[in-house]
Amino acid sequence: MTEAQFVDYLHAGGQVEAGDWMPDEYRARLVKFIQMHGSSELMGVLPEREWILRAPTLQRKLALTAKVQDEVGHAQLIYRVVEDLGKSREDCLAELVAGEAKFHNVFHYPTKTWGDVGVIAWLVDAAAIISQKALLKCSYAPYARIMKKICWEESFHILHGRDVVLAMVTGTDAQRELVQEAIDRWWGPLMQFHGTKTPAEEDPMLHWRIKSQANEDARQQFLDGYVPQIRELGLTVPDPKLRRGADDVWEYTEPDWDELKAVVTGHGPRSAERLELRRRFLEQERWVREAVAA
Amino acid sequence: MIFEVFRQEKKGQAFQHAGSVDAPDAAFAEAWAREQFGRRGESEALWLVAREAVHEVHDFPDEFDLKYRRVDGYSLKVRLKEARERAGTTPARAG
Repeated sequence: MTEAQFVDYLHAGGQVEAGDWMPDEYRARLVKFIQMHGSSELMGVLPEREWILRAPTLQRKLALTAKVQDEVGHAQLIYRVVEDLGKSREDCLAELVAGEAKFHNVFHYPTKTWGDVGVIAWLVDAAAIISQKALLKCSYAPYARIMKKICWEESFHILHGRDVVLAMVTGTDAQRELVQEAIDRWWGPLMQFHGTKTPAEEDPMLHWRIKSQANEDARQQFLDGYVPQIRELGLTVPDPKLRRGADDVWEYTEPDWDELKAVVTGHGPRSAERLELRRRFLEQERWVREAVAA
Repeated sequence: MIFEVFRQEKKGQAFQHAGSVDAPDAAFAEAWAREQFGRRGESEALWLVAREAVHEVHDFPDEFDLKYRRVDGYSLKVRLKEARERAGTTPARAG
């Protein structure tokens, strides 16, 4: 099979299994993208982990612990897919703690209050599930298959987040204010989350059918689904330009792409601290991995 | 060792490939597969199969064009039309 035939096969809806022939570029892009997803799941638990011991009730503590366990489980499944493409989990982890591997922008920020925990589980997970649902159609079948389980579990996280937010907006004024402040803090990173408006025809991830949705389509879907849900709670979105145009397309203030670039290259407000924690635990728990493998 | 995990969602349904776990032996593989695929009661049963034990088969050539084994080997339409004409039972065209 030539590369052109391979691309035609993908464009006709064809899927690829681990043992199939694939062009080197396709394999390299898969590894980079899926590794980034795995690292994001693993780093994504750290902002929430900071609140396990400070959760307001036992029930909330258990729910948050369960979410953290889910996300770590996703990282394990996703790194397995990367391993079958030729890169070991050990290498993925080594690159991560060396600061050489990227992870999603939203996991580089602090979680200041319990309001952030609710907003992360509700809106960050909502933004993530939009991208992940589009990956159910990924041309690389082993990745698409595990995405079913991942999307299913993410839907619990959104429930958990929405429940936390609803409890707070129906509580005291101070609690309600915590939610509004968290939305104000997270809105910028949320608008950057799906990436720049790369035209579909120029996006190599769409060319290889690794992704099936252009960045801007994902962002529009997020705004469609969640702006009304935020507003119906009497909360506001901190963007004066945000409006739904006559053609049903959302207009908004241009996200800060310089911030996105700086953050994902390890210059976010919590990047260094979180990587240091991950590095320390990777080393500290080496004996467990060795004991299990022995 | 890599263990492939197959999951049965409900009794009577087919086991479907769900993912894989990397474990030193079957006991660890079971513990991890239970965590990954059973902790919300989403599975009726799991099959854990060591990857080396899977004998995979590809390519099913049909050198002799054995059409009579397939649905497309039977084109009843033309013959049915002729048979109906002979019998004078051709249905009137709707509309």
